[in-house]
Amino acid sequence: MDYIDPHIHMVSRITDDYATLARMGCVAISEPAFWAGFDRGSADGFRDYFRQLTEVEPKRAAVYGIQHYCWLCINAKEAENISLSRDVIAMIPEFLDAPGVLGIGEIGLNKNTRNEAIVFLEHLDLAAKYDQPILIHTPHLEDKFQGTRMILDMLDGDSRLDKSKILVDHVEEHTIAEVLNRGYWAGMTLYPVTKCTPERACDMIEKYGPERLMANSAGDWGPSKPTAIPDLIFEMRRRGHSESLIRRVVFENPIEFFKNSRNFKFHDRNQAAQP
Amino acid sequence: MAQARQIFDENFLAIRAKLIEIAAVLDRIDRATAQAETDPARPEDNVDSDPRRPRVDEAIGILLRTGAQQGERAAALQQLFSRPYDPQWRDRFDI
Repeated sequence: MDYIDPHIHMVSRITDDYATLARMGCVAISEPAFWAGFDRGSADGFRDYFRQLTEVEPKRAAVYGIQHYCWLCINAKEAENISLSRDVIAMIPEFLDAPGVLGIGEIGLNKNTRNEAIVFLEHLDLAAKYDQPILIHTPHLEDKFQGTRMILDMLDGDSRLDKSKILVDHVEEHTIAEVLNRGYWAGMTLYPVTKCTPERACDMIEKYGPERLMANSAGDWGPSKPTAIPDLIFEMRRRGHSESLIRRVVFENPIEFFKNSRNFKFHDRNQAAQP
Repeated sequence: MAQARQIFDENFLAIRAKLIEIAAVLDRIDRATAQAETDPARPEDNVDSDPRRPRVDEAIGILLRTGAQQGERAAALQQLFSRPYDPQWRDRFDI
């Protein structure tokens, strides 16, 4: 089955992963800007990273027939440095018209600090001013519940934002209902140990239905599995779910959400790229 | 959706293995604690004052829930291991 991984960090993966993804049915991915495993020293470090996301990775993906899209921001971890964050936020508009840039992300919170919240709000302002979709990282482990609620408070507090253009990612059993009930898209991350298994994601699909719900691998430089979405497809099939339901979650929903961006020019296997 | 009997049959060995794994880890902690009590080199080596330890017991209790809440065990465990949400956080941060 063709599928889309709406959250994967391919700059951290080897080329063989692109080949494997393609063989598993992956036709498109979106790559949010994230923490590189170390704190960068200057806004120019981010400029180079954004060039990698907008120029290099699309070419690397295209070799394997995978369409590559991306999101730009300074991540929550480095957002603790407000001065650096403001320099990066001021530079982002240079890239917003580049092919494949879907919006602002993955912004969010990490340890739910005041500085992180300030930078998150400034990213929201940027997205509102430039009418950009938003992809949001919610914190890990014991910080997730508190951080997700804080993020939802900030989103609800900005009347300029269109909820249909916002994806709140890494939802789990204790956060998914609040995200969906408040009208946002929700993403389930299939990630060993710290997030959600394909089985638990399938449980949430059964409980909440496919409306505004997606799944992703968030494959990165840490312990992660870039082919986690095929694992979910397999689990849903194993439980007897229809092909149409599976396709909605892993293919049609990402397309519906990404269409909020004018830079989303998806073409399926039988179509030429849209001009 | 699969039937209850089928789900149980398919997952029984996985449930068994995970429960035994938890039991073995708790036993391992107890053995290390007992050993530390007789070892003058590590007099403070126990988890008695670690606030996470009673939460593990509470989590095991959640697994035993019956009645109206029994279908919400995963969410309840997630909540147990979460920091509380303060609706007044914006005032506290002054933003």
